[in-house]
Amino acid sequence: MPAFLLNRFMQSAVLLVIVSIIGFTVLNLIPGGPMSQYALDPGMTQEDMNRLAEQLGLNRPIWVQYLEWVWRLLHGDWGTSFRDGAPVLTVISRHIFATLLLMGSSTVIAIAVGTWIGIRGATHRYSIFDYTATVGAMIALSIPTFWFGLVGIYVFSLQLGWLPAGNMYTIGDGSVLNYLHHLIMPSVVLALVHIAIWSRYMRTATLDVISQEFVKTARAKGVSERRVLMKHVVGNALLPMITLAGVQLPAILTGALVTETVFTWPGMGRLFLDSLGYSDYPVVMGLLMFSAVLTIAGNLIADIVVALVDPRIRLA
Amino acid sequence: MTKFSKTSAGFSRRNALRVLGAGGAAGLFAPHLLGKPAYAQTPPATPTGRVIVGLSQEPTVFNPLMPHIEVDDGVNFSLFDALFRIDPEGNIVPNLATEVPSQENGGISEDGLEWRVKLREDVRWHDGEPFTAEDVKFTLELILNPDFRAWRTAGHALLRDITVVSPTEITWRMEEVFSPYMSFLTETFIVPEHILGNAPDVNNAAFNQAPIGTGAFKWGQRLAGDRLELMANTEYFGEGPYVEQLIYKYIPDMTVLYTQFKSGDIDLVGQSYITPDNYAEASTLPDRDVILVPKGSVESIYLNMEKPQFQDPAVRKALYLAIDRAAIIDALNYGVPSPTETFMPPQSYYYNPDLPAHEFNLETARQILDDAGWVPGAGGIREKDGVRLSFANSTTSGAHLREQAQQFLQQTFAEIGVEMKIENLPPAVMWGEFWGMSQFDSAMVGITYLIGADPDVTNRFHSKAITAQGGNGSNNAQYSNPEVDALLEEGSRTFDPEARREIYFRVQEIIREDLPFLPLYAYTQVHGRKAGIEGYIPNTNTRTESWHAAGWYWS
Repeated sequence: MPAFLLNRFMQSAVLLVIVSIIGFTVLNLIPGGPMSQYALDPGMTQEDMNRLAEQLGLNRPIWVQYLEWVWRLLHGDWGTSFRDGAPVLTVISRHIFATLLLMGSSTVIAIAVGTWIGIRGATHRYSIFDYTATVGAMIALSIPTFWFGLVGIYVFSLQLGWLPAGNMYTIGDGSVLNYLHHLIMPSVVLALVHIAIWSRYMRTATLDVISQEFVKTARAKGVSERRVLMKHVVGNALLPMITLAGVQLPAILTGALVTETVFTWPGMGRLFLDSLGYSDYPVVMGLLMFSAVLTIAGNLIADIVVALVDPRIRLA
Repeated sequence: MTKFSKTSAGFSRRNALRVLGAGGAAGLFAPHLLGKPAYAQTPPATPTGRVIVGLSQEPTVFNPLMPHIEVDDGVNFSLFDALFRIDPEGNIVPNLATEVPSQENGGISEDGLEWRVKLREDVRWHDGEPFTAEDVKFTLELILNPDFRAWRTAGHALLRDITVVSPTEITWRMEEVFSPYMSFLTETFIVPEHILGNAPDVNNAAFNQAPIGTGAFKWGQRLAGDRLELMANTEYFGEGPYVEQLIYKYIPDMTVLYTQFKSGDIDLVGQSYITPDNYAEASTLPDRDVILVPKGSVESIYLNMEKPQFQDPAVRKALYLAIDRAAIIDALNYGVPSPTETFMPPQSYYYNPDLPAHEFNLETARQILDDAGWVPGAGGIREKDGVRLSFANSTTSGAHLREQAQQFLQQTFAEIGVEMKIENLPPAVMWGEFWGMSQFDSAMVGITYLIGADPDVTNRFHSKAITAQGGNGSNNAQYSNPEVDALLEEGSRTFDPEARREIYFRVQEIIREDLPFLPLYAYTQVHGRKAGIEGYIPNTNTRTESWHAAGWYWS
């Protein structure tokens, strides 16, 4: 196990360096840069924009900028946002709660509903339920999230008036109930896609397990169908789901770009889009590294958890 | 986490409407919540209620001297004051100053070089410190400090010998006569010397995250990515404020911005306002006031005058004739914008109304090209002396209305034997060097030409402002006309509005004749607010709906 961990850490470090070099280069290769948003300001001159670029150190060679960025990062300095002048970690921390709240609740919904649909679909294969679930999943996967979002707002906010048309809470009311009220629509809309993915995986995994010898043996021994399902089938079918969850962990923290935009949710997805739009290099790089670390960590955790719960797998 | 914190003022909008100020008979109308509010209201005696402004971009820059975008301007106007302001009619009026200096009142010397500004003595910063001439001096010097990331420096760079005569009087000398500087000063917000003067690094000062100004509203709190809360400054020296809380809510999508206006989540649609396609529906919404407001910017096709295709005036004339402008305005923009022939905003004092009107006439366009010797060549595209009348047109990719307008142009240009290719680019690329260094053939662009209401356009049309030719400015069309150069120089040395008017009328005539850009329309914004918000006056001479939020109140 220690050898495995050491190995993985080494791999991860190399991976992070590669990701950062690619990210930094691509970002800086885009012509224009952070100054272009001021190009059309009345009275703005190219001379002023050149001066600003120089003050921000943007006119130096890319590799000098990269090495400086790495050097600072190694000293715990993630840089300062061009856009609002706050340290990158502060900027990220200002958005992380909103994302955690939304992604957390939608993930809980997605896993609970998706697992149930998947299992039921597998145990009632080719039933009306199974067909409906399959078709439903295809629809959920093929229709863009923003469409569901806008239709949801139109029906439940503008027409019926049951749910708010976005935002995290009503300004002036910060009660838990108010948060929950605002949370319903975005988390359900976001969960739709994840339910679809989750239920398809779960159905396949369950079908795999159901046809295994040990399930037949259990049935032959007279174990009740319910017990077979709960103890033998579901437990084993969930194993590949752990890996899936590990892969999806970074998505939980980096947010949902589209859903956050439609529901004016002040999370990390919005932050990423905005920072990209403003060419706010330090924040974009910060988010990139943040999600790279999460991706690596998610996979690592998934591997370890699978090894812990499945004695057949050894980490080496 | 700050996200949990409740706002200190627990008013709901309804309460805000109910709690009418001691301002008189308004109380009689208190239960009118469902109907149209009563008219002829007076503002409340103490700040009451809250206005939520929806913005499609997030204000993030709160040091008003640092590079910022339009939505930041709205916040600046509420938090800070400048020496002067421009009113909706284009008059420059005192703000922190007690009068507007002129050659008549002796504030500006006869030669136009010596300026003397007298300041109010009753102004205090939000932290209680008195405002003095030292703050003004500090602000002007900070803009020119090479270590400070100042926004634009045009005009300020001419300042010499800034001298504090007394706490309420300041003088300076200009390196050369520059009359537009008065307008520049209306957008130069004064920052506190006693705070920023001590900051080790002004670029990253704590002030920039929680500013202290003299304005009608004080800094409340910022919930990044969501909103900004400002509180009434009850000690404000000027008119208002009448609302207790001013909130800027960030709504990152134009459709959602409008939806939240309909649903009532926001009280007022700020930058970038209601899209033209929603105008018809918006004006029928109950309990909403939706108005058309002319904006100081003009949509046009910029021609890069250094490209061989555009050097013949006949080509530029023919292209202008081949634009089906009515279709672009009515079919694409729902008739919201208005036609124009010039860069000058139609509501400006300097707007020349007598310029020849555009006509859409393909026959004349063909005739002009024929006469100029441009004959159809391969593929029906005209050519002359080896130059094909084929060029690219670029704008921000993903701007749907512009992309549709491009297709209109492409079709009608093809009918006169001109090929226009559409090559759009992402915003950071489009408005980077490609635009700044005039690398485009032609561009579709909306430009605000004036700073404040000053008619000076040296930056856009003087030949010394061509960056691609080593100049300094934003003459991206690479337009060069000695007569215009001379007129612009004279205009920026002249203080008398009557005399300047004549100069800029002539400038507009020449530019309309030369056509370095083909005007499509003058922008018109669709502003919307809940019925019941009184004191809302749009001001085309500023970049923001919030230039005077101090005057807003709920009836």
